[in-house]
Amino acid sequence: MTPGPIVESLPLYAGGLWVTLQLLVISLAAGGMAALPLALLRVHPSRWVHGPVWCFTYAIRGTPLLVQLFLVYYGLAQFEAVRASVAWPWLQSAWFCACLAFAINTCAYTTEIIAGALAATPHGEVEAARALGLSRAQVWRRILLPSALRRSLPAYGNEVVLMLHGTALAGVVTLLDLTGAAREVYARHYLPFEAFLTAGALYLALTLAIVALQHLLERRWLAHLRPRA
Amino acid sequence: MLHGYGPTLLEGTLVTLSVALASLAIAAVLGLAAASMRLARSRALQGLALAYTTLIRGVPDLVLMLLVFYGGQLAVNELAARLGHADYIDIDPYVAGVLTIGFIFGAYLAETFRGAFLAVPAGQREAGLACGMSRWQVMRRILLPQMLRQALPALGNNWLVLIKSTAIVSVIGLNDMMQRAGQAAGATREPFVFYAAAGAIYLAITGVSELGLRALAQRLAVGVRRSLP
Repeated sequence: MTPGPIVESLPLYAGGLWVTLQLLVISLAAGGMAALPLALLRVHPSRWVHGPVWCFTYAIRGTPLLVQLFLVYYGLAQFEAVRASVAWPWLQSAWFCACLAFAINTCAYTTEIIAGALAATPHGEVEAARALGLSRAQVWRRILLPSALRRSLPAYGNEVVLMLHGTALAGVVTLLDLTGAAREVYARHYLPFEAFLTAGALYLALTLAIVALQHLLERRWLAHLRPRA
Repeated sequence: MLHGYGPTLLEGTLVTLSVALASLAIAAVLGLAAASMRLARSRALQGLALAYTTLIRGVPDLVLMLLVFYGGQLAVNELAARLGHADYIDIDPYVAGVLTIGFIFGAYLAETFRGAFLAVPAGQREAGLACGMSRWQVMRRILLPQMLRQALPALGNNWLVLIKSTAIVSVIGLNDMMQRAGQAAGATREPFVFYAAAGAIYLAITGVSELGLRALAQRLAVGVRRSLP
């Protein structure tokens, strides 16, 4: 092992870490915001309402993230209408395309997680709320959503970790994220073990931090579901 | 519509499927081994298996693949040079890809198998031993078939994730479906068409897998009485 070049490249890794974190936070925020309304449509009883949402989540969850990224980054440029549109300056940037593809991807998974939690709400909770005279809107706002979002937390923690690992693909479309930085270090110094193990250790630290945060939040929000001694 | 690139895409599909199946075989062996180690009496074996499953699941698959591909290249050539072999050896991306994906999913399957082994009542094993079967016979005839039934849902999920993971072997230069789609996209300047076609093939593979898994679940559940209709 040769630590010298790695120490020299630490600023590069720090920059990559920052890019990775930005990609993660932006795509989770955008995807999560879109997922909540989609989850409500997903549990709607009418087939014409939940059908299209199911198709969207099925297609996204059944294809690799790399395909989605390439479709957005390379694919959209095929169409004249896209190149003429006002969105073109954004769609040309690898940064925007990566955020868009990751957000769409995490949106589909998050929709299914929230919809699953909503569908699993014990019927008694709704019955009790109706018996107390709460209106439909009140039942959604005070009972269904808070309860379902809390119960989504364990699955959502997994999704956040998977998304962190997914952002490693950003390097494939020229972004200098953590993996991109490691590839750059490898290319400069020809030290594959040092370059990629450093990136791997940083990803591992981020993963462990996310898991720790998840457990902290679960203690707070899921205290009522903990097994009692 | 595919400008005559259909056959080459289908050939790539075969490469993708072969990578997926070969990795699954490696992952199953590693997963069974690691699960047995987690359940072994020796602390050292337990620790080793725990380190394997935790470390691998904390690092993106792309980083591990780059590490194996570029690192393996360097290690093999240094070893060859020490053994007096002068020529430069290229690592095959197929081998590197299969080994990495098998290694990664071995860690995920280890968790699946561990839970499934624990779900088989201890009396089953004891009864087998009492009948005079050897430990290996108990494993093969009693534990594995019952454990597989428990493990199947999670195993199926892992298989679907594994197929999608194979897309990243195109990054280290394997001529799989993704890379052929990229070549066709470059030659025809119709990236959207070809990446969408690749996505559709992945969807078809996952769709067929789901049907197969459902049939397999029925086969493995022969003789099980359900508590719920």
